[in-house]
Amino acid sequence: MFVNRRLLLKAFLLILAVVAAGMGLTAHGPVEGGTSRTTVADGLAAWADVYSVLISPRCINCHTATNYPQQGDDRHRHFANVIRGRGGRGVPGLVCLSCHQDQNADSTGVPGGPGWHLAPLSMKWQDTNDLPLSSAEVCRAVTDRSKNENMDGRALLKHHEEAALVLWAWNPGRRPDGTMRTMPPLTHAQFVAATRTWVEAGTPCPPAK
Amino acid sequence: MATYQLTVNGQRKQVNVDPSTPLLWVLREDLKMTGTKYGCGISACGACTVHLNGVATRSCVVPVSLVGDRPIVTIEGVGNDPVGRVVQNAWVAKDVVQCGYCQSGQIMSAVALLRATPKPTDENIEESMGGNLCRCATYVRIREAIKNASQKLK
Repeated sequence: MFVNRRLLLKAFLLILAVVAAGMGLTAHGPVEGGTSRTTVADGLAAWADVYSVLISPRCINCHTATNYPQQGDDRHRHFANVIRGRGGRGVPGLVCLSCHQDQNADSTGVPGGPGWHLAPLSMKWQDTNDLPLSSAEVCRAVTDRSKNENMDGRALLKHHEEAALVLWAWNPGRRPDGTMRTMPPLTHAQFVAATRTWVEAGTPCPPAK
Repeated sequence: MATYQLTVNGQRKQVNVDPSTPLLWVLREDLKMTGTKYGCGISACGACTVHLNGVATRSCVVPVSLVGDRPIVTIEGVGNDPVGRVVQNAWVAKDVVQCGYCQSGQIMSAVALLRATPKPTDENIEESMGGNLCRCATYVRIREAIKNASQKLK
């Protein structure tokens, strides 16, 4: 009876894998130390949560496909003719650090964090019309090690847990009018938990439409 | 209020100000260095540009509490620098200035550009100076002066 149950479970997992492959889902192996009990379905649900954060203004405004950053919840083009420049750090007369210090300047409303800069074009999460890419497209970009500075699942988790400019999204400071900037839709703890589940499931990506 | 030790144009200065005070106002009001101008107050025009540790910086949005020990160079001191001196001479040679209000910021940005890119293209100049506004529209003469300075720099 016990053997039959194990056979049934194996058959179920085999069918699930075939269905996932047929749907165009992609997944990599679970992270070392992760739990193999996290299913692809769990991972996809977690990815949806991760994606909801990545396309929030605090994140996506610096993941543009153009030669300029965006600002504000309406994601308008950064004022003052700010240009991406070399390494996403601006141009000599107007680098990011010309205004953005290593911490928020709440008295003047300028956000700041260590090494303020744009994400590389390989990590664009929107198109050249400033519209967010689909969940599948962002997922594939984030998991493509030729585009993401060679980060595997564990490195992605660490990035989401610890990177200073990622953490800034949950400490975005005050706008020039003194009101607080809006934060991503999840808490940082929820974001990290979702990332961990997604990584443990093998960083599955939803099918491209 | 808090006390800050600042290095401005190579000289140590002590100020006692509110930590949230923008560097611009510390320079203008407390140190009486009025060469750096107030334009928009939101870092959109570039009139307040100074160099903070060599980086062209909009002093109107940087609270003095975030300056730390980084050296500050203003328009009053940039002529002591070889690139700064060449740029100021080029500004005179090309008769760039009209009303002059934005020009200290223009010169500070131009010096930052030429330090990083001694032989800038027109595109380099347009991009790097694009955040410095001039209501008199002296942009053509600014570009000529930057090219003039570039030719004089080895």
